[in-house]
Amino acid sequence: MKNKFLVLFVIFMSSLSAQNIIKGQILDNNKTPIEGANVYWQNTSVSTITDKNGNFKIEKTAKTNKLIISYVGFKTLEIEITTQEFISGILLNNQTLKEVVVEKIKKSTEYSKSKATNIQTLGQKELLKAACCNLSESFSTNPTIDVNFTDGVTGNKQIKMIGLTSPYIVFTEENIPVLRGFEQNFGLNFVPGTWIESIQITKGAGSVINGYESISGQINYEILKPISDIPFFLNLYGSTDNRFEINLHQNQKFSDKLSSSIFIHGNARPMKMDKNTDGFLDNPMGKQINLANKWQYQNHETGIISFLTLKYVTDNKQGGQTSFNHEKDKGTTNAWGSEIDTEKIQISSKIGYSFKDMPYQSIGFQNAYNYQKQDSYFGLNHYNNSQKSLYSNLIFNSIISNTKNKFAVGLNFIVDNLKQHLKVNFTDDKYFNNQSTGAFFEYTYDNIDNFSLIAGVRVDSHNRLGNFITPRLHVRYNPWNDAVLRVSTGRGKRWANYISENQHLLNSSRNFIIEQHINNTEIAWNYGFNFIQNLKIGTKNIEFIVDYYVTKFDKQVVIDLENSRNVNLYNLKGKSFATSFQIECSVEFNRHTSLRTAYKYYDVQTNFKDGLLLKTFTPKTRIFSNFSYESHIKNNGKQWKFDSTYNWTGKQRLPNTANNPLYYQLNSYAESFGTINAQITRSFSKNLEIYIGAENLTNYTQKNAIIAASEPFSDYFDSSMIYAPIFGKMFYTGLRFKIK
Amino acid sequence: MKKLLLILCFFSYINISYAQEKLNKNKSVEFAVSGNCEMCKKRIEKAAYAVKGVKVAEWHINHKDIHIIYNEEKCTLDEIKIAIAKAGHDTDTIKAADEDYEKLHHCCLYRSEE
Repeated sequence: MKNKFLVLFVIFMSSLSAQNIIKGQILDNNKTPIEGANVYWQNTSVSTITDKNGNFKIEKTAKTNKLIISYVGFKTLEIEITTQEFISGILLNNQTLKEVVVEKIKKSTEYSKSKATNIQTLGQKELLKAACCNLSESFSTNPTIDVNFTDGVTGNKQIKMIGLTSPYIVFTEENIPVLRGFEQNFGLNFVPGTWIESIQITKGAGSVINGYESISGQINYEILKPISDIPFFLNLYGSTDNRFEINLHQNQKFSDKLSSSIFIHGNARPMKMDKNTDGFLDNPMGKQINLANKWQYQNHETGIISFLTLKYVTDNKQGGQTSFNHEKDKGTTNAWGSEIDTEKIQISSKIGYSFKDMPYQSIGFQNAYNYQKQDSYFGLNHYNNSQKSLYSNLIFNSIISNTKNKFAVGLNFIVDNLKQHLKVNFTDDKYFNNQSTGAFFEYTYDNIDNFSLIAGVRVDSHNRLGNFITPRLHVRYNPWNDAVLRVSTGRGKRWANYISENQHLLNSSRNFIIEQHINNTEIAWNYGFNFIQNLKIGTKNIEFIVDYYVTKFDKQVVIDLENSRNVNLYNLKGKSFATSFQIECSVEFNRHTSLRTAYKYYDVQTNFKDGLLLKTFTPKTRIFSNFSYESHIKNNGKQWKFDSTYNWTGKQRLPNTANNPLYYQLNSYAESFGTINAQITRSFSKNLEIYIGAENLTNYTQKNAIIAASEPFSDYFDSSMIYAPIFGKMFYTGLRFKIK
Repeated sequence: MKKLLLILCFFSYINISYAQEKLNKNKSVEFAVSGNCEMCKKRIEKAAYAVKGVKVAEWHINHKDIHIIYNEEKCTLDEIKIAIAKAGHDTDTIKAADEDYEKLHHCCLYRSEE
């Protein structure tokens, strides 16, 4: 047994920049840390050794991605590091076996300690904790993002960060802005969960490199990289709420430089289902086909790295009354129904060059083209839109005198060609051709010890928003051991597509009353404070986090639902702010068991015509708790994983329904409720795993979710007053099959 | 003999002038620097960065060496080594003075181990 050593090592990589630090731990098969093992990048001098706990940290280099781990008496292991995943390799002693097995273990969520921005990375392990069929569902095990329901017809979910809805969050796919404009509303559903390699969530003002639009934060997601992807992946999923999904990935490596992945996703809700017997489908029937092809070219000798991504999505949803037949009843009052057809094409490319002999200097050029068309009706309301967007960004990264002072400077160009047709209580056609050209400069200072800051500024010229300056500042300070203190501030400005962003309100009989000469401009300042303290008590690792963020709007398009006959849209007069406070505590009891608990407090208020009021459907308090356990991975890859999330949602203010008949009136506040989700995963081998899960185990549902469901063509009909799940307990199962 | 010396001088002069012509703005070098721990790493790198012309300084705890990229127009290799030695750390050619070495934190006293 003595000489049958195994070394197990684990690497966690954080985020995306070229200056990544990779951390890891090296252990033998008895889980004893190995001190003094050499870890270095092949053919470079960038190296380190493990400390007495077997831990190491190594800075990523542009020269190679081959990491070598060596220790006397053990076979040297060579691993290609290309992902942001957590990779574990088992390294066998020379005397026992010749085989080298590399398997992946991912650290689920990691808060950055060394960066100036409050950024957390969700790895694949986190994403596998729940069904995570698409991006909008990927946050159910994360306390930073709140998932909300929008209406009782489309089944759409909306996410919120620091009390503000998703239009105030900037989404980027591999740092290229996506889901902009009309794509925002349903776009999260068009990013299949299995394609996602990792998600980075930045709270507060984002980076100026990604534009001026970020107000409450930024969510970046990385798609699986062709160079490190496995040859074949299959995922099947089915649930008792009548949803079926298939995911197929296929990867081809043409050479050590060129590789490509094909992703195929299909989902369907083929049957009508009305469990709460209100005559309306609980979830719309629908189908989606989603295809992507991603190419990666990487040449370490020349320093060139490049990506090309092609995507196509077609999606159809049909909701409304169970009796609705879209061929016969569309446009009539026979039955209330809704259909949403969406088609989307996305082409994006990236090319990066790092200078020879100057590892600190690089140029990047990103380009993206997006086309989206949505045709839809909601009862007698119609809403069609189409969008063509072009995005181009040129970035130059270098240093001022030394690597303690880094900077990024660049230019970008955006065109949004937006067309919209709306038929509610009036008919309106709009066409916007929005163009902006901007230049940015971002300076990063790091004293290589306990202080760093990122100061960024950009100047943009937009044909509708005018010429404006966007400043952003992030500061990090480590006051003592294992503690981080951060402050941030920044301004964001955006063009609100108020109809598209609030199209769930079309699922009602409300009249739209839009203020004359309404200005689509929204401007807000965000101020943030973040503190993290890590503690080690015995064998327990404890992470304690406090966040305080304030967003103040100077200009905003206010959506006023205080009169239940109308949706009033007008420009803000007076105050509008969102204050959020969050305390989070994570305890890692050992390598297998962890518990994360968060308390969140939101104070989101806006000056409506009726005065300063709490934002509706925004609870003041929320409690989040996630428990996860995973058994030790056996040699053949056998493992159990268990994960459970509890969400408690406090009282939410509901829109005023006083002018409805008594039986169609809502309380002024919705009662608080709790939900539990849970999932068990069984890995049978390194190739096959099966998962079974449940959502809403407490079976809490909103009673009479749709107002006037029995008379959908009356003035009182409203399916947009959703504050809780409509569907009760839901079970799902799925399998994942991999060929490595 | 005198002649020979003269020729030697002449050659070394050519050598020097040749080297001066080819001053590299991104000269990459590696040399040994003694030290023990993460604290040493911060101290060594800070000392190197304090020299004007040093662009990149990365000390490797296992190899006990430092990777430097510097601008030969702004500083010389010896200036960097002197700065590191002044901070208390021996380099391959320039050693730290005892008084500078003794100022180090006790866990950083690399000499006592040998």
